[in-house]
Amino acid sequence: MGGMKKEEHMLHIEDLWVDVHGKEVLKGIDLHIGKGETHCLFGRNGSGKTTLLMTIMGFDGYKVKHGKITFKGEDITYMPLNERAKLGLGLSFQRPPTLRGVKLRDMLRLCGNGSDVGVQLAIEYGFEGFLDREVNLGFSGGEIKKSELLQLLSQNPDLTLLDEPESGVDVENLNVIGDMIRRLLEKDKHRNRTKSGLIITHTGFILNYVTADRGHVMLDGKLVCHGNPIDIFERIQQNGYEECAKCQF
Amino acid sequence: MSVLNTIQTNEEEILKRFKPADQVDTVKDLTELDNEEILRLKKTGVDLDAKNRLGTFLQTNCGVVSCSCDIQGVEMLPITEALKKYDGLKDYYWKLIDPDKDAFTRETKEHLDNGYFIRAKKGEKVIYPLQTCLYIRNDNVAQRVHNIVVAEEGSELHIITGCTTHPHLTSGLHIGISEFYVKKGAKLIFTMVHNWAEDVYVRPRTTISVEEGGTFLSNYVSLKGVKSVQAFPTCILKGRGAIARFNSVIVAPEGSHIDTGSRIILDAPETRGEIISRTISYGGHIIARGHLIGKAPDIKAHLECQGLMLAEKGVIHAIPELEAHVADVDMSHEAAVGKIAKEEIEYLMARGLSEEDATSTIVRGFLNVKIEGLPKELDEELQKAVEECHKGM
Repeated sequence: MGGMKKEEHMLHIEDLWVDVHGKEVLKGIDLHIGKGETHCLFGRNGSGKTTLLMTIMGFDGYKVKHGKITFKGEDITYMPLNERAKLGLGLSFQRPPTLRGVKLRDMLRLCGNGSDVGVQLAIEYGFEGFLDREVNLGFSGGEIKKSELLQLLSQNPDLTLLDEPESGVDVENLNVIGDMIRRLLEKDKHRNRTKSGLIITHTGFILNYVTADRGHVMLDGKLVCHGNPIDIFERIQQNGYEECAKCQF
Repeated sequence: MSVLNTIQTNEEEILKRFKPADQVDTVKDLTELDNEEILRLKKTGVDLDAKNRLGTFLQTNCGVVSCSCDIQGVEMLPITEALKKYDGLKDYYWKLIDPDKDAFTRETKEHLDNGYFIRAKKGEKVIYPLQTCLYIRNDNVAQRVHNIVVAEEGSELHIITGCTTHPHLTSGLHIGISEFYVKKGAKLIFTMVHNWAEDVYVRPRTTISVEEGGTFLSNYVSLKGVKSVQAFPTCILKGRGAIARFNSVIVAPEGSHIDTGSRIILDAPETRGEIISRTISYGGHIIARGHLIGKAPDIKAHLECQGLMLAEKGVIHAIPELEAHVADVDMSHEAAVGKIAKEEIEYLMARGLSEEDATSTIVRGFLNVKIEGLPKELDEELQKAVEECHKGM
């Protein structure tokens, strides 16, 4: 990564240590994501994957004890959440709260700074029936995912953080979710792609819909293994995460 | 609750403090109201220039300044005239409310200033609302009002009532006795906007009876400061299949004591009731009551009290009550009081909103109760008022 030009960096994390509720969760993470790249994060429940995403986004309660996060060349380690969003970071929530009285239509406009792009896309994806519903109220797992991705498409971030985008989605809707993610990450562009992604996946299903450049395995707060995401996922399926602890390739 | 006790023991004292409205001058006609007053009325839901209101009743202090209605199917009179014309309104006057209920009902029985009588004739369906306004124009005045509304069989009626004080006065007392009769298959939508001042006491006493297949919808909005409101309107569903719904949106700034709620007595089979209240304390004291009484089989009723605390001071005391007298009832309630959930604010901030904008969005959403039949301009006024009261915190 040393040879990369500065403008080609999207996210650069150096020796990141993070506490949550006084407990050490991340123990020295190094991660580099280049412009236009999509990375996958594998690992057991509780290994620290979600904590990493929440820390990058800047949520309260994720306390950086040591290390540095650089996004598009700016040190964002202690930058407020909303400023990170404005700078081009976006996150899809695993279990977003319900916003009473706030319609999805208005939420999409808020995300897009007044633009109607999100509303247009909702119509394109056959989700217009939800535009006048209150955000997340009574939404199914798959509907929450669609709503989250539409909000992100409105927001148009440069780096999208996705926490298990396939969970709770039936096979039929995986196509739609996959298409939305491909759009977010500009997968139709093979040159000059500027959008990057970091995706947590348990099932690996999403790899059938979205190509990823690199995979990482998180084990007890450390990234222990890096490589081709499909190779890594196959090894995990064959040998389980225990092997990842031993194998360091 | 200590506040309630204080209110009850102080009834006589409150009455003594204010000058009866009939001892104060009133205006002769609308031209005497200046622009500032007209704007104030407009912000209270009463638009004197509006074309889409079918009638206007305006009472200033004790005097009726305007009482006109454009359609034949609806009769609108000052109550004092209606009492003369209809031989004391024997079927309606003090039939739902006991005049000996408390000091305020007794006061109004003995010293009536005026009020309105509105009757929609059988089968008359009114598309646009009528507006009524009870306006205290002089400082330190006690206004004593008695209102009767009758929606005859099969009729539909929408009334917007704005109750307010002169833009420059601070103190007063408003007593409003209201008896509403919704007859077989009729529908009454009653929207009330309160826009008081910091040292105003308000004592509405309201009872509604709904006959078979009738519907009563009430919307109550109070967003400005007031010294003390105490109200507990009661709707009796007397006939099979009758429906009642109460929506309330209440904001209490510091110094306001608002003790209010709604009660629905489901007294006939297959009746339905719903009470929804959204309250916000910016330092004020709110008691949000709700009481569902199921007395007949196959009834269904739901009560929802949601309160938001937006200042360090203040109290929200939600008192939801369910009372079943027969086995075959379906009654439920949900009540929640607290500050804005941090995760909701962070959710919006993760989309790029500042903390302040995120909070406003959540507050606006919270107060966004679907109010059926609310005219567009009043809805806009409400949105503005919510915005203002939020900025003012």
